[in-house]
Amino acid sequence: MSIATAATPATPSKPGKPDRPGKAVASDRAKAENRLGLKLVAPAVILMLLVTAWPMLRALYLSLFRYRLTTPDDRSFQGISNYTTILTDPLFWQDTLNTVIIMVVTVAVELVIGFAFAMVMHRIVFARGAVRTSILIPYGIITVVSAFAWQFTFSINNGWVNSWFEWLPWIGPDTNWFGAHWPAMFAIMVSEIWKTTPFMSLLLLAGLSQVSEDMLEAAQVDGATWWQRLFKVILPNMRAAIMVAVLFRALDAFRIFDNIYVMTKGAQGTESSSFLTYRQVIEQFQLGMGSALSVLLFLTVLLIAYLITKFFRVDLAQARGEG
Amino acid sequence: MDRVRRGVAAAAALITASGLLAACAANADSGKAQLTWYINPDSGGQAAVAKSCSTDDYTITTQVLPQDASQQRIQLARRLAAEDPGIDIMSIDPPYTAEFANAGYLAPLPQELQDKLKDQSFKGATQAATWDGDLVVAPFWSNVQVLWYRKSFVKKAGIDMGRPVTWDQIIDAASKNGGKVAVQANKYEGYVVWINALIAGAGGAIVSDTEKGIDASIDIDSDAGDQAAAVIRKLARSKAAPSDLSVSNEGTAGATFGSPVGAFLTNWTYIWTNYDAAQPELKKDIGYARYPQTVEGKESRPPYGGIGVGVSKYSHHVDESLKAVECITNAKSQGLNAELTGNMPASAAGYEDPKLHKIYPDDLLKLFQDSLNAATPRSVTPYWSDISGSIQSTWHPPGSVGTSTPGDSASFIDDVLHGRRLL
Repeated sequence: MSIATAATPATPSKPGKPDRPGKAVASDRAKAENRLGLKLVAPAVILMLLVTAWPMLRALYLSLFRYRLTTPDDRSFQGISNYTTILTDPLFWQDTLNTVIIMVVTVAVELVIGFAFAMVMHRIVFARGAVRTSILIPYGIITVVSAFAWQFTFSINNGWVNSWFEWLPWIGPDTNWFGAHWPAMFAIMVSEIWKTTPFMSLLLLAGLSQVSEDMLEAAQVDGATWWQRLFKVILPNMRAAIMVAVLFRALDAFRIFDNIYVMTKGAQGTESSSFLTYRQVIEQFQLGMGSALSVLLFLTVLLIAYLITKFFRVDLAQARGEG
Repeated sequence: MDRVRRGVAAAAALITASGLLAACAANADSGKAQLTWYINPDSGGQAAVAKSCSTDDYTITTQVLPQDASQQRIQLARRLAAEDPGIDIMSIDPPYTAEFANAGYLAPLPQELQDKLKDQSFKGATQAATWDGDLVVAPFWSNVQVLWYRKSFVKKAGIDMGRPVTWDQIIDAASKNGGKVAVQANKYEGYVVWINALIAGAGGAIVSDTEKGIDASIDIDSDAGDQAAAVIRKLARSKAAPSDLSVSNEGTAGATFGSPVGAFLTNWTYIWTNYDAAQPELKKDIGYARYPQTVEGKESRPPYGGIGVGVSKYSHHVDESLKAVECITNAKSQGLNAELTGNMPASAAGYEDPKLHKIYPDDLLKLFQDSLNAATPRSVTPYWSDISGSIQSTWHPPGSVGTSTPGDSASFIDDVLHGRRLL
């Protein structure tokens, strides 16, 4: 990123268009700098093409075939029939719905808790390091490990949730959290929220520290209450940071896999889109169908990213401080 | 561009060099072939067999595969599809034998070895290891499920275990007397093992004509299928169902059986020694009988499990590996493995190992062998994983099994095999 910006002159350009010096006015020096810039980014671009674009194109190609790893002779061209099979299959839509539910619920909860944590980390005066570290610990734990920890927590055989929360009317020593759809989804989401809220709060903390103290003081002098300061000053000024946090977490949450794999293996209808794709490609060796699914998953992720940037009306370049 | 080319050349040289270095390391003590045997995790039986079967010509070393049978299949198949020469010998779970053989991953066993193995092995073991008329893997150990019960509970409930019992009987007895019937009913292969045994016990099959590949005849929607569904539904809705029924596997079922509410358990042979370390007092209370009948009066068909040993077609040492397999699967090795792991031999000769008779009572060894001869392996088809997965999707959780389940699963299996539905 810094290399790319260094190669562009600091002259203001029209928003929405890439900064590029006009051909007529480019000096020799600018041209040379541009060439150097291109050379400097070339290895990275080539590497990216090799490791990203090639597999993507390959997946697109494979998605047009009926192709199974263990019956290679069966391979036949199917056109878009893999896509029509997927898009008319109730399992695909159920899994997509599950994924959307997990994404919306976890990101919403994480946003609220994460913001509270960010405020604590921002405002705390004593034991600052210790508090910040302890808030961030869950994020340092590997997702698979956290998934196992939460699976044991909710386990009917050796978990503590059933005994600690027995006083709640719907929980007893025999409550099988992984025995039905909603309890299992709940357990999966708790694990996901616990693990990734610190990431959310870290991003929000960065946004919070960008809000100028002068503005807050001015609002206070003008007689704004705490809530007014929060909603009229702090949050609007954090919009870019919130967008980045929501975007990152939403895309992460949409690709949820580890927690489901460890906790239910997709049983009780808790499968996500990624898990469905994994099962087609890795477990069933259905390279064609699985590739079609992964293409659809990729398009969905693009769509979500587009919708979120539209919804927050924030220019990503601006959010990076390049505007 | 020169610089780019030089960079690429340097990178290529580095990659080649590291490959050569790795190859050198692998052949460090040249002359003697190194055979790598990919084994399913056990308590040291296969490693001991590998050691005893190593000769002056080759050394057999073991590499451990994942715990879960489906994960073992995934790892082996992915390596074999990539023609990985690093696998010489492998331990293969019966349901995936046909898939591997059909894909051409396995080196053919010499006719002589096939005849010898067919001679020595139990019927179920041979059946599970045969694809397209040939024995494609060598039966090594054979597992079978029997009905384990708590003597004290049976006494309280007043059932005569000397005669064959039915599922209905044990479910009723357990629910009336506050006991649990522990089975495997999580959404995994073990649940299909149970379903397959119930259907076979009623005289049916899940699929037949499997040599037709995806056009095999799907027979699960039958009287036998209905009877199997009825047993599962009855247990799932009775007081005899353990509270973790829908997530139970071999391990949790064993734990339920060992707990105060334990009454009946269908599980593999290793249960006899399962509690020796943690609950030694339990052994006096463990009884065993033939797998329960689905339909009264019709001989039960116990689930078959085990391991067949195959040789990779992509191995650089196929001949040595085939020799090694002959040694690995002889009666002596089978006995040694059984003694160390509780995984029972695939042949009657293997059962003659005197050490086995010290660990297991004679009537239990006889029960295992009788059960093995009556056992019905899961259908041998290259598409077993699709069929098994379809059944898991439609029959799980056990509480949802109803009269329409067999019919639903039949049409779902057909759709999945023909690529019309996602699994």
